[in-house]
Formats: sequence, C-alpha cells, structure tokens
Amino acid sequence: MSLRTVTPPDPETLLGGAPPRKRRQLRRAGESYGFLAPTLILLFVLMIVPIVMVIGYSFQDNVILKSSSEFTGTTNYVTVLTDPAFWKATGNTVFFSTVSVAVHLVLGLTFAMLLNSPLISVTSRAVFRALYVLPWLFTAAVIAVLWRMLLSPNGIVNFLLNTDVEWLADPQLALGTVTFINIWAGYPFFMVSLLAGLQGIPQDLHEAASIDGASQVQRFWNVTIPQLRPIIISLVLLDLIWTSQQFALIWLTTGGGPIDVTEMLSTYTYKLAFANYDFSLAATAAVLILLMSMILAVLYVRHQKARD
Amino acid sequence: MSTHRRMRTRATLLTGIATTAVSIVALTGCGSGGSGSEEAGGDVTIEFAQWWEPELPDGEFRALIDTFEEENPGITVDLVSGPYASTKEQLFAGAASGTMPDVVGLDGAWVSDFAKQGVIADLGPLLEEAGFDDSQLVSQVKVDDSTYMVPVVNFVYPMFTNDDLLAQAGVSAPPETRTEFANAAKSVSDLGGDAAGWVLPLSLEAPNGVQNDVMSWAWASGGTMLKDGQPDLTNDDVTSAVEFIGGMWDDGVIAPGSFTMKEQDKVEEFTNGRVGMMIDSLAHINLIRETNPDLKFSISAVPAADDYTGERGIPYASWGIGVAENSENKDAAAKLVSFLMSEETNSELSTMANAFPGNTESVPAFVEDDELFKKAFEIYQAGYPANEFVGLPVAEELMRKLGAQLQSAFDGQQSLSEALEKAQTEWEAEF
Repeated sequence: MSLRTVTPPDPETLLGGAPPRKRRQLRRAGESYGFLAPTLILLFVLMIVPIVMVIGYSFQDNVILKSSSEFTGTTNYVTVLTDPAFWKATGNTVFFSTVSVAVHLVLGLTFAMLLNSPLISVTSRAVFRALYVLPWLFTAAVIAVLWRMLLSPNGIVNFLLNTDVEWLADPQLALGTVTFINIWAGYPFFMVSLLAGLQGIPQDLHEAASIDGASQVQRFWNVTIPQLRPIIISLVLLDLIWTSQQFALIWLTTGGGPIDVTEMLSTYTYKLAFANYDFSLAATAAVLILLMSMILAVLYVRHQKARD
Repeated sequence: MSTHRRMRTRATLLTGIATTAVSIVALTGCGSGGSGSEEAGGDVTIEFAQWWEPELPDGEFRALIDTFEEENPGITVDLVSGPYASTKEQLFAGAASGTMPDVVGLDGAWVSDFAKQGVIADLGPLLEEAGFDDSQLVSQVKVDDSTYMVPVVNFVYPMFTNDDLLAQAGVSAPPETRTEFANAAKSVSDLGGDAAGWVLPLSLEAPNGVQNDVMSWAWASGGTMLKDGQPDLTNDDVTSAVEFIGGMWDDGVIAPGSFTMKEQDKVEEFTNGRVGMMIDSLAHINLIRETNPDLKFSISAVPAADDYTGERGIPYASWGIGVAENSENKDAAAKLVSFLMSEETNSELSTMANAFPGNTESVPAFVEDDELFKKAFEIYQAGYPANEFVGLPVAEELMRKLGAQLQSAFDGQQSLSEALEKAQTEWEAEF
C-alpha cells in the first residue's frame, strides 16, 4: 500500500484569481518596498524635494519672500556669473581648499607615521594619538572663538612672538590665517584614517624590500605610498568636498572680510540669502556650487567603483 | 506556506507598513504647525514672539504680561521667546509662509522688508481703535507714511570714557568736539603699551559698527546720510565724519584689529582698560561694572563738529513692536501693544531693561538711583534719537557694503571719497 500525501488546496487560490506564485512574488516585492519606504520617503522629502525646489528657484525671481515670482530663464545665472564678487569667492575657495587639503595630507601622513613607529611605546602612542586628535573634536564655533582669542592683536600668539600682527584683520594675512586654522582643525581626520591604513600594510612587504636593499625613503615611496593610495585618493576627494563648503569657521572668524579677502562661495551665498534676502540669486549660487561639488562627487564615486 | 510562516510574513509586512506610516506622520508633523490665534468659547490666545524675555531678569516679563491678562480677561498671551538671532530667523520664515505670530518684536532694520512684503500691519488705525493716543510715543517707524513699528524701549549709544586712562594722558574732561576727541585719542595712544585712544569695530560679519561707531559722528552733528529717503553718502555731513575717522586711522590712535572686530570685542577692549574712549550701548554699563569693578568710566554725548551748536542726534537701538497682517485677532494684539506703551507699563519695562522708555511720559526708576544712568538720561533728553538705518531696506547689508568700502580705503586701496562714491552706487541699487 503506498502512501500518498494529499496537499489541500490553498484557500486563497480557490478564492482569489491570481496564481499563487505571482501573488507570492507580489507580496515579496510589497514587503521589500515596505521596508525601503521609510528611507525612500526620507530621501525624497529631505534631498530630492529641496534640491529640485532650489533649482526651480534659480530660474525665478522674487522667490520665497513674495508671492509674485516669475520665470526668468537664465537671468539669475548671468547675474551671478558676471558678478566679480562670485569669481573672487571662487578663487578664494579654490586656494583655501587646495592648500588645506594638501597640508592636511602631509601633516596627517607625518603624524600617522610618527604614531605608527615601533620606537614609540604603546602608552606614549595612545597619549599622542589622543593629543593629536583633539582639534578634530572641537566644533567650528569653538575653534573660531579659540583662534580669534589666540590671534587677536593683544592675544597670546602676538605675546609669545613679541609682535603686534593683526593676523585676521590684515587683508594681506587673513586668507592665509583662516587656511591655517582650517588646517589645524582638519588634519586629525587624515591622521586617524592614514594610521589605520599604515597598520594594515603587511610587514612582509617592508621586510622583502629591506632584503632587496631598499632604503627607508625608497620603502616609503615604493611600499607605503602605493599601499595607501586608495585611502589617500578617497580622503583627498572627501576633504576637498568638505573644505570647499566650509562656512562656520570663515563666518565666525572673519565674516568674509577684511574687504573680501576671505569671501568663500559659502559666505557669498549666505549673504545673498540672509543679508540681501535675494533667495533667487542665492539659489543660483547654490546650484553652481552644487555643480562644482558634483564634479568632485563623480570623481569620488568613480574611484570607489574602481576600487570595488 | 505554513500558517506560522504566513503569519510571520504578514507581521513583517505590517511592520513595514506601520514604519512607513509612522515616517509619513512624523514628516507631516515636521511640516505642520505654525502660528495661530486660537479661539475657544470667545476667549482668544495671541502669540507674541520676541527676544526680550530671555534678556530680562527671570520671570519679570511674564509677570508684566500676567498683569495684562488680568486687565483683559478673555485674552491669553502665549510668549514665544528666543535669542535675537532665532527670533529673526523665525519671523523671516513666518513672513515667507504667512504664519507670523500675532504680535512681533521688531528691530528697525527689518521693518522695511516686512512692510514691503505686506506681512506687518499699519499700527495707526489699530492703536486708534484701541483708544491709544500716539502723541505719547517717542518715535514711530514709518514706511510710506504708515506706522509699522513702535519702539517700546530704546538703548542709546553715548560715548564712554576711561577716566583713569584719560587722566594719565593729561585729559581732564571728556571731549566735547571732534578736535578735542582726536587730541584726547592721540594723548592716550602716546601713553604707549597696549593703550589706544579709540576703538572702531568694522567686522563684516556683524556690521553694526558702521551704524553705531561711524555714522553716529554724522548724526551727533545734526547730519544725515539720506536725502528724501534716498542714499546721500557723498554729502558734507557724511564726508566730514568719515574724513575725521580716517584722520584718526592715519594717526594710529585706533585700537588694532578693527577689520574683524565686533561689538563684544569693543566692549572687552574698553572693559580691560586698553582703550580710552568708545561709543557703546548703555545696556553694557552693568556688564562693564561686573566684569571690571575697578574701572572708572564716565558717559557723555558723542562729540560734535567743532562749530556745531544745535541738538545732537544720539544713536539708538530699539526693542520695537508690530502686529502681523495675518493675525486674526488684531484688536487683541493692539490692546497688548497699547498696554506695553502705556506710561506705567513702559516705565516698568524700561526699568527692567535698563533702557529708555518709548513713551514720552514714562520715567525709568534707575535714573533716580544711578549717576551714570541719570547722566545718560539727560543726554537722551537734550538730544534726539537718531538712527537713519531704521526702516531702510536690507539695512544690515547697507552697513556691510559701506563697511567693506571703508576697510578698503583705510587699507590704502582707494581714497575715502572714492569709498563713499562706490558705497553710494551700491546703496542706490538696493533702494
């Protein structure tokens, strides 16, 4: 006697019209979208909608403050792109960002290598690591207040140097000074990331290079740097994006002055929006900054894809 | 599919849907809300947004509002208090979205923008309806002949002098004319060390130094920077004031760091005894006394041009008040404005704030008890409140533009007359 297992028909199949597999697929897809929905809604509301609105504002006049805004085509773009202050701010931003990132890299790598040295004991390494990382823990407002006080004409820096230099108020020095402050505030990010990278380089590579007669310098250029390259490229691109958007530090130390020597794209846009209340031009400047940042973002994403 | 599995799938599906629903509700919640006058059983609640309550001694402003509520049964006042900057942002956002609170604390610099947007109401008819006689008001801020703001209390900006530093420099009395001021400043700077004669904050982040420390020289000599409501920066009044400042700049009698200096830095320099003279708000008297109890200082009127004998304009900043156009309870709002501007309440409020009253009949109690305030009140009564930036469009930006041009001139990149001409062109574009 053979046993036969009889499977009772699915009541849903009997009642409903769709075949069971299709229903299951639909349900599964529904579940997936259900779980994705909170993220998708947040992305839509907090990212897509504002970006699209700002792009829309950049093609209109009198937005936000008046109800009678009209489509003006590319007039706002012409106004911003022919404004010498915009190009001055762009030049300052490029200087500020590239110098900051370059020095961040050099300082970060130097400190990371010092901390990675076998000559330093574990305890000293922990102490130095904590000390070196300190600037990164302060918010921009704290950093700005701290350096404003240190660098004021009657501040401690002038006292120690026995000078009376107006570090932030002198038009010849201000851009260099705010760049220095930003370098101080940002190098620990490079240091911590590169230290992690250095610790991940297999010791065998250095030993093999030593056996082949490579000097310390040769090992640095031919082993350390190639091993760190992917991290360095990611860090540089991310830092360029962040630094080019730095606002709080500039605003709280110099406000874009003296005259316009520390005016950045961020402070230029802020003034258009909150001092001139010209939200159309501010939106236009913001879209232009977005386009510039997109170039860096695309490079970053391509680099990440290449790594994968 | 087993029943257990099916139930689990349903549970997860429901969880997903619930999460989505909660997110939507939360996001909707973020976007909703706003001002509002509520009405329940004939009673009204009006919102009053201002930055005054946090700046006054704890609970005193609420107590004043409680008195109003007792006198006006049926009206409840919901105080929306925050720091100055947050209040400003909130009001500008409210103006854009049509959700301004019923009664708003105003700074004179915002009035023109709000009036042009049509978001604040003409106070004239409202106060008349509330039975308030506007001849009691010290001043009214008008745009196109309609009153949009009434200064509730005024903080005047006289000249502060460091008595000890001036005495050391051989200056026996506070200077009364520009020449005396320039000489006194030079004598103090000649003392050497950290001492400087005068302090001039020209920060572009907070550019109110242009109003309080630059333009005050023109106003003190009866001058003006406007002609028929339009910019007139190249006139003799402004030119002579700016050239006077330029002269002191060239003499090196101004404290270093001007280009990034803000009001609080100025007060700090004076409090620490590093500058001989400054023009500053009376509101800082207590702060200076608390921070440096040993500092001996006096208050005088801002010096005028040597040959000027008329009334002196004295710069001031106000806590102003206005009513939102979108308010559904304008009559209740006007009652609150009338209450705050009444002789008794205004005396009380100005006493709390260490400021001068917006009602001509009110006398703050502190002028009887404190010599410095008494002197300041005499200066206030002898002159007239002058602040031509009040009611101008994008007032702060106008200050910033002139500040940047002056910085460029002081840095030697252009002459002072070129700076004024360029600022004039930039200002004209904003009117």
